[in-house]
Amino acid sequence: MFGLTIEQIAFIFRGAGWTIVLSLLGFVGGTILGLPVALARASRRRSLRTGSGLFVQLVQGIPLPVIMFVVYFGISIGGYDVPALVAAGIAMTLYSSAYLGEIWRGCIQAVPKTQWEAGECLALTNTQRFVFVILPQALRIAVPPTVGFLVQIVKNTSYAVVIGFFDLTYSAKVINNSTFMPFTVFTLAALIYFAICFPMSVLARRFERRLSRS
Amino acid sequence: MNIAASPQRATEIQNMTRSDTPLVRFQGVRKSFGELEVLKGIDLEVKSGEVVALIGRSGSGKSTALRCVNGLERINAGELTVCGRTLHDGKVDLRDLRQDVGIVFQSYNLFPHLTVEQNVTLAPRKVHRIGAKEARELSDQVLAQVGLSDKAKNYPEQLSGGQQQRVAIARSLAMRPKLILFDEVTSALDPELTGEVLRVIAKLAAEGMTMMLVTHEMAFARSVADQIVFMHQGRIWESGKGDMLEDPQTPELRQFVGNGL
Repeated sequence: MFGLTIEQIAFIFRGAGWTIVLSLLGFVGGTILGLPVALARASRRRSLRTGSGLFVQLVQGIPLPVIMFVVYFGISIGGYDVPALVAAGIAMTLYSSAYLGEIWRGCIQAVPKTQWEAGECLALTNTQRFVFVILPQALRIAVPPTVGFLVQIVKNTSYAVVIGFFDLTYSAKVINNSTFMPFTVFTLAALIYFAICFPMSVLARRFERRLSRS
Repeated sequence: MNIAASPQRATEIQNMTRSDTPLVRFQGVRKSFGELEVLKGIDLEVKSGEVVALIGRSGSGKSTALRCVNGLERINAGELTVCGRTLHDGKVDLRDLRQDVGIVFQSYNLFPHLTVEQNVTLAPRKVHRIGAKEARELSDQVLAQVGLSDKAKNYPEQLSGGQQQRVAIARSLAMRPKLILFDEVTSALDPELTGEVLRVIAKLAAEGMTMMLVTHEMAFARSVADQIVFMHQGRIWESGKGDMLEDPQTPELRQFVGNGL
């Protein structure tokens, strides 16, 4: 097919599988770390806001491949030999938590101030007010931009190739090295990336429309 | 819970038994936002069972005065006592105060993600820790009070503005407050819907609920309020019974009433 053998195509698809694995790692890790980042960013305590703000600025101010390098070689300097998957997973977690944290901070702050006030006037504690009044409304606002950001995560996993992680980009490169058909190979890789990302973009847009209607 | 165990509750109960003690007492209350002084020494008493209407132009300080009562705004000088608690010494437990003082806002501020019943019972369940069955009964009861028994399972967006505001009143009633504050609750409604909300408020007044209301509905203020307070430039310019609107003593009130009626 297109001058590639079934084995070669299967190899590329195996890379695509690892792209999905790394995307999931980045998303799950980014959610676990991103939620506290969002809470700290939206907090009334100045120290929390400043601390989390520094983290976000730092991560957003460094290119993702450089974060990959720093994490990968940083861990090996500490004397640990970690698989590229772990290093890439940590880097993706840092990266997506900084962005998701900012996205979700915006969603929390998009809930009208009058809702906070209404909860306060009903004698709810701060925690009760946040959990039962603010968070459910913020979550609804958060769905479209979060699904949209998933697309960024999937595409940016390709930077893990710099630390030798075997993903879709890496496997395509390997096949190109043995077949010397760069256009065919990378077009196939592009199509696979698109096939993963496009449904998510559609989903995000659909959620957005549903939200703006209500 | 042993209510006598809380010293605050104990003094409050003492105060309640003396019927001459007002539920709300402003004494020389001042409040500024930055450079701008919006309350310039307010003296006002609200007795238990009384309905007090605050009227005046936008910016006269009436809404600010109301918001001081449940601690949404903190006063800068003077003394303010509400339901046996002092609000001027910075020691008040606002959550405790707000269990006694309800508020209804101009923009309803219902929780859009919760049904009417959930809106009404959220605070009683979380703050008073009542059970699911008791919550349902409470919801039935307060929704009947505002004439919306059939809307318990609806979401706020499915209701008219007037119905939403009545749910907001029911939500306040569900906390069994001693005092309810109404902050221009009909200003966002068209005249047709205003009537249904005012009828609910009038009914509560007749049942003896203590209320303070900021309103632009002069005819309503005259018919329902025991005391009308006309505010102007951060001061109480004139106050009295409902008939004071027919015989204004100051040119400011005369002009205001002239425009309002």
